[in-house]
Amino acid sequence: MLHIKCPHCGMRSQNEFAYGGDASVKRPELNKEISDLEWDNFVYLRKSLRGKHLELWQHISGCRQWFKVQRDTATHEIFKTLKANEDI
Amino acid sequence: MQKYSIFNLIKNAFLNHQNWDLAWKDPTPKKEYDVVIIGGGGHGLATAYYLAKEHNITNVAIIEKGWIGGGNVGRNTTIIRSNYMYDDNALFSELGMDLWRKMSQDLNYNVMFSPRGIINLAHSDAQMNIFTRRGNSMRLNGIDAVLLNREEVKEIIPMADFSDNVRFPIFGGLMQPSAGTARHDAVAWGYARQADSMGVDIIQNCEVTGFDISSGKIKGVRTSRGDIKVKKIGLCVAGSTNILAEKLNMTIPVETHLLQACVSEPVKPVLDRVVTFGAGHFYISQSDKGEMVMGGDLDGYNSYAQRGNLPTLQHVLTEGIAMMPFLSKLKMLRTWGGIMDMSMDGSPIIDKTHIEGLYLNCGWCYGGFKATPASGWTFAYTIAQDRVHKLNAGYSLNRFNTGHLLDEKGLGTKTWVS
Repeated sequence: MLHIKCPHCGMRSQNEFAYGGDASVKRPELNKEISDLEWDNFVYLRKSLRGKHLELWQHISGCRQWFKVQRDTATHEIFKTLKANEDI
Repeated sequence: MQKYSIFNLIKNAFLNHQNWDLAWKDPTPKKEYDVVIIGGGGHGLATAYYLAKEHNITNVAIIEKGWIGGGNVGRNTTIIRSNYMYDDNALFSELGMDLWRKMSQDLNYNVMFSPRGIINLAHSDAQMNIFTRRGNSMRLNGIDAVLLNREEVKEIIPMADFSDNVRFPIFGGLMQPSAGTARHDAVAWGYARQADSMGVDIIQNCEVTGFDISSGKIKGVRTSRGDIKVKKIGLCVAGSTNILAEKLNMTIPVETHLLQACVSEPVKPVLDRVVTFGAGHFYISQSDKGEMVMGGDLDGYNSYAQRGNLPTLQHVLTEGIAMMPFLSKLKMLRTWGGIMDMSMDGSPIIDKTHIEGLYLNCGWCYGGFKATPASGWTFAYTIAQDRVHKLNAGYSLNRFNTGHLLDEKGLGTKTWVS
């Protein structure tokens, strides 16, 4: 069982959260001309590292906020959790 | 190589089984090969076997970081099926079914293929409609499919919950009678033994540390046991695809996730089919030893851990008990996890890459084991001929750019419900 510290509510069990994947993905800016390839990469390409991974989680059975978690994908150790608008 | 037969068994019994050959050798890597397959799992071993058998390419090495068959080919729930609706998936898997039927004879190794049939349960009228459509599509592709109503399902699996007032009543099911199970370790060992006998070097405990690429062409591979010169490399590393892709400066539309399976204590024969729950993600069969073999959802977050967490197991087994209440009486014997190469549309990739001489085989999601022979066969073709076969043409890498996605189940890297 993972224990995740929601930046808004504190430490809770994994059961309260939903996973949102790679947090380093940035949506292309609105009204900016981009190529099909850039759009495809935004839709389909995700980092999937072995080791420290910055990812999104949602506190779905709590405050329902999205936030970032830095977690090791090999050991599942959680190093840090941040609010969605914070950078590591 | 000694042939495995009843006569050889009797002969060796008199000699106290002291004189059996090793099933495969333990060679030191040569300086140069025609083809190097990275990953000694089911798919890698099958690829090497078909390279030798179908294409006469025997100067081949399989490089495996751990030991052969220690990854997903030894960690799955052994289900074999071809109950797909899309042509690309159906025809590819049906090639696999053909190879499965012949496999024990072909490999001279008993893989215990047991075509016991798979039943996908439906729990609503809408699901019956969609199963009818899928069954019809399967039959158009020459795959056996039988639509069962509630009474027919009850006849086959009376231990499922047919009582009143259940949350997910069984409306019926779609059955593929020719689907089944096989002994997964035997598949890896059978392919390894035959590939080895045809001259393939199986190199274990050998980690890939880098690649030699110049002017867009593969020149060699660097390993923990020395550098190897080679012009063609087949990448068959499932959950480790992203680790090697990083060394190649590639990003592949695949995420590595954790999938668990478990077996109960052995019980007397009770279930002679593979059954899947239709209102969630749960599948079950009974092994020859009597254990109930069960699996379901991903743990849900990126992971390379090869061991799972209890909340997912609890969730999956809750579905199992909803489907077959007697399971609640059983004790759990073992649970384990493997790391899956989850592609973004739920279908695999077997293709060439932008690097000349680098071939990619990944993205098997939940269904890698059953694809072992067809994956090896088509991947060997792709490597030997330097072009894709029509059976794996749909599994292209650039479909994520062209829009020809194979979203058979509408499942990508995410769990069933999240």
